[in-house]
Amino acid sequence: MVEYEMSITNAQYYQDGIEDINKVINATIDGEEMCVPLDPANRHYAEILKQVDEGTITIEEAD
Amino acid sequence: MSKVKIAGHASGSGTLTIQAPDTSSSRTITLPDSTDTLIGAATTDALTTRINATGGRKNMVINGAMQVSQRGTSFAAIGNGDYSLDRWGNSNANIGVYTVTQDSDAPDGFANSYKVDCTTADASPTGADYLFIFQKIEGQDLQCWKKGTASAESITLSFWVKSNKTGDIQTNLYDTDNTRIIGNTITINSAGTWEQKSLTFAGDTTGAFTNDTNDSLKIEWWLDAGSSYSSGSVPTSWEAVATGDRAAGTTLALADSTSNYLNITGVQLELGTAATDFEYRSYGEELALCQRYYERFVADASVEMLIGIGFNYSATTVFTNYPFKQVKRVIPTFTSSGASHFERLTPSVGWEAASTISAVANLVSARLNIANFASQTAGDATEVRITTAAAGAHWFAYDAEL
Repeated sequence: MVEYEMSITNAQYYQDGIEDINKVINATIDGEEMCVPLDPANRHYAEILKQVDEGTITIEEAD
Repeated sequence: MSKVKIAGHASGSGTLTIQAPDTSSSRTITLPDSTDTLIGAATTDALTTRINATGGRKNMVINGAMQVSQRGTSFAAIGNGDYSLDRWGNSNANIGVYTVTQDSDAPDGFANSYKVDCTTADASPTGADYLFIFQKIEGQDLQCWKKGTASAESITLSFWVKSNKTGDIQTNLYDTDNTRIIGNTITINSAGTWEQKSLTFAGDTTGAFTNDTNDSLKIEWWLDAGSSYSSGSVPTSWEAVATGDRAAGTTLALADSTSNYLNITGVQLELGTAATDFEYRSYGEELALCQRYYERFVADASVEMLIGIGFNYSATTVFTNYPFKQVKRVIPTFTSSGASHFERLTPSVGWEAASTISAVANLVSARLNIANFASQTAGDATEVRITTAAAGAHWFAYDAEL
């Protein structure tokens, strides 16, 4: 039974301009703009991965 | 008792002296009414047991006195799973609307409590509706339980609680590593009155906590629920989680009226079978413990809040570093009150607001990438600040909560 599901929109990888690798995901989570690290132990990133797996959201490529 | 016997030791050769104090008053020393050794080599003698129970770090709950609330002091329409006071979360779904506050109403010896106040009622929760308060604890901080071994220790949870209603609250220890649970109920006997409660839970010889930084235990206080969570029976012994057991003993029905509230404070989880005195910590100690999970930098209304020195990485982008006050549990999520609240200082322009911000963090620090300024010389140093504002309005934060 799901007891907490974040509302995630506008998920997009972010590159800092130093290297061409994704550093974080910028997303709006429960109405707040967040920079989410690519760390599976981070609860926001874990939820993003879960919702991607479920097909609920997609993550846009970095600009 | 009619005799007092002082026995020498068969192999000892020294002289034992019992010295009277220099006093004109009569003094009585009362010995325990059981065979025991007051203090000795064993760790189970009476005095050592008492010292162990009252001394040292014993409370596994962080911010049990509800002193620290970096996110603010009032949280209207708190969301499902949201954190409010540091380390404290609220889960609610389809069961009314609630405001959580850091309240100044508290029992003697405490200054604050966590208050959940019903602002939209639901007198008839159904199905999977739920309302509970929780705190999660890392597995590496629970190894002293010896859970999952033959030597698993009993645990005691104590807290102060107050509500406008009388009724029962089911409190659970939910082992998220092994999906196991134990729980029991406390009764609020008198409306509008602070009452101290304690529950002792047996050790669990099944399922060790993983020794890592992830969530291994969730302490739950169930305030109301639909039948999906309440149709079973209270799990007074450790068992595999059965959803219907989690709130089976809760009768409080906090959701049934907008007059309803519940306050809780003085929460302590400790080894052993007795609830001992609350372990008071200074605000600074408690804040530092909380900052492992959440750290917030807040602008002041009158004092300039400098973040640090940065440099123009490009003509329009500034990089600056922010060292955390505490090493984080995991690499944290960055959030802020808005990019326009960040400014850089250059001699030719003065203070200039940003329009975008990102942060790339590790466990100990982060780089703030602040951008879309007017063109400046790449490589030049600059100072970065967050603009002054009324208390709590401008801020940035790093979130590594469980």
